[in-house]
Amino acid sequence: MTDTLGAETTRGETALAEPVRGDVPGGARSWRGLLIQPIVVALILAGFVVWLATAHLSPTERSTLNPHDLLAYTGQHLALTFVSAAIVLVITVPLGILLTRRPFVRASGVILALANVGQAAPAVGLIVLLAFWLGFGFWAAVVALVVYAALPVLRNTMIGIQSVDERLVEAGRGMGMSALAVLIRVELPLAVPVMLVGIRTALVLLVGSAALATFVGAGGLGLLITTGVNLFLPRVLISGALLTALLALLVDWAGRVVEHYARPKGLQA
Amino acid sequence: MSATNNALAEAPESVTVSTSATSTSILLDEVTKRYPGQAKAAVDGITLEIPAGKIVMLVGPSGCGKTTTLKMINRLIEPTEGRIKLGDEDVTTIDGDELRRRMGYVIQAGGLFPHMTVASNIGLVPKMLGWPKAKIAARVDELLELVSLDPAAYRDRYPRELSGGQQQRVGVARALAADPPVLLMDEPFGAVDPITRQRLQDELLKIQDEVQKTMVIVTHDFDEAVKLGDWIVVFSEGAHIVQYDSPERILAEPANEFVENFIGSGAGLKQLTLNRVKDVALADAIIGHPGEAAVDVLERIVAAGHDHAVILDDRQRPLSWPSRRQLGRLTTISASADPELPVVGQGSTLNDALDTMLVSNAGAALVTGRRDSFAGVITVEVIMDAIATARANARGTAVAPVGTNTDSLQIVTDGAA
Repeated sequence: MTDTLGAETTRGETALAEPVRGDVPGGARSWRGLLIQPIVVALILAGFVVWLATAHLSPTERSTLNPHDLLAYTGQHLALTFVSAAIVLVITVPLGILLTRRPFVRASGVILALANVGQAAPAVGLIVLLAFWLGFGFWAAVVALVVYAALPVLRNTMIGIQSVDERLVEAGRGMGMSALAVLIRVELPLAVPVMLVGIRTALVLLVGSAALATFVGAGGLGLLITTGVNLFLPRVLISGALLTALLALLVDWAGRVVEHYARPKGLQA
Repeated sequence: MSATNNALAEAPESVTVSTSATSTSILLDEVTKRYPGQAKAAVDGITLEIPAGKIVMLVGPSGCGKTTTLKMINRLIEPTEGRIKLGDEDVTTIDGDELRRRMGYVIQAGGLFPHMTVASNIGLVPKMLGWPKAKIAARVDELLELVSLDPAAYRDRYPRELSGGQQQRVGVARALAADPPVLLMDEPFGAVDPITRQRLQDELLKIQDEVQKTMVIVTHDFDEAVKLGDWIVVFSEGAHIVQYDSPERILAEPANEFVENFIGSGAGLKQLTLNRVKDVALADAIIGHPGEAAVDVLERIVAAGHDHAVILDDRQRPLSWPSRRQLGRLTTISASADPELPVVGQGSTLNDALDTMLVSNAGAALVTGRRDSFAGVITVEVIMDAIATARANARGTAVAPVGTNTDSLQIVTDGAA
């Protein structure tokens, strides 16, 4: 009956679909982006492997950069990243949700300020200080990384939920959904795109700062960088930095893929 | 009431749009809403009776508390004082979510969930009530048809693939999903363009004819209130009821200057939107048929003292409406149809009829009934009579439902006038 008006959209819906912050992917454009990124990473990695196999390296360099150790460092690096990320999610997503519930909204300022301090503090300092307290090793590094990466996830969880159109919450309550049902079936699904941007940001931050874990003896690709600096082996240093960067790009890509598929259908791309 | 719900949940698969006796009256009994830190109450001791199966419009300037009043009916806003009754049941303290599942709720622009399809949006409340899947699916299709959307084309769409008007229709369908006795609407047609709004209003009336719910609708548009309402509550600030009466009486007898200003100019014209052509006595006409000699027809109209003759085809549909002068020039009546014939249907409002007759040469309009067959002529005199009758009736006996404020000094429903 209103076919003549087919082109019109309501303000509410479009405003809602707009990402609050970050580059939420979607559409054909992002599809190409999603393909290009892993190809570039693979090409650079292949180049690195070829260089490693053919370059004239000193015996020290050769022994530092042996494939077995490289894989082990990468594994440690990933372990640091994902263990920290998991802990960040377990803590900050529920906290972020809680801080958008009416009784706790007042606390959100304080908590966000704390999270800000965590991110503003220099990561190296944070890691080393915590190591003196918690002992040198894996867990000290993880705690520091968690403090460091909490902010983006916390903030985006809150922003994602807060940016859900209030009228939709009202509509949900008005039709008899409990506050919890509205949260689970309306607010969280609509907040997912913004939350995922925060999680991806945190992961990339974590891959970068996990390189610092080497200062407290927690291993990772940072070891190559410190070794390179200490023994003045620029090629080792650059290898470490390059692998860290590639890992960050790869994690970022994985995050984008998840964002692409986890976006609720029906939201504007 | 829970009995009603159970009955619904166990109803057979073939649910027809229920016209079962599921409408309920609502009573707000000295309800007050005070917000902390505000000296004045947002809603001040309102007592309002909403009769079952009727459309009651809450109108007033913005910030007058009409939306707050509406939201206290389903306790989206909890009243500070007072009782709320649904039929005979006091629902002031029952679980709010449970109460709201028994009332449809429609907000501006529909308030559809953008990440759910049309079908899931409509099926939400039945799902919460635990209906079986097949029954929900059948109900969704049935409701889509009720709001004039093709189920096959629309049930799997997402809200952003619909126009504003279509979203609003789905919003109404969603509110009706579990066949609640009461429908609350907060400025339902505020976000659509005027043409769509008019269509949606017509459609809502059509739906109401079928479902006979108790509807409470908030609007700031007085014309909308007149068009849709069986009863209108005019509010001033603090949800003070200035007048609670039928549209006819509010137009004919505004309680005070506030209401007069709110009605705006042209109360007489607005009166015309309340009456339909089928409600008034039409004038008759001299009939002619194609092929007759023009002189014969002319003779008949002169004898009857008429100025025009209506030419009908073999199925009684009007073809043309020649005047004496035009007939004088003809020898036989032609079968050609006049494309500019001023015709109105019996369902049109007197306002539409007046519009049509003002642009016609004859200063009147032809009325058609079933299958476009000729029913009579409507003239300016007929309309004047209708206005006079409506005004006289409005002064008469209509008994408005109760609507007062506890501390109000104004006489609210002035029955003696």
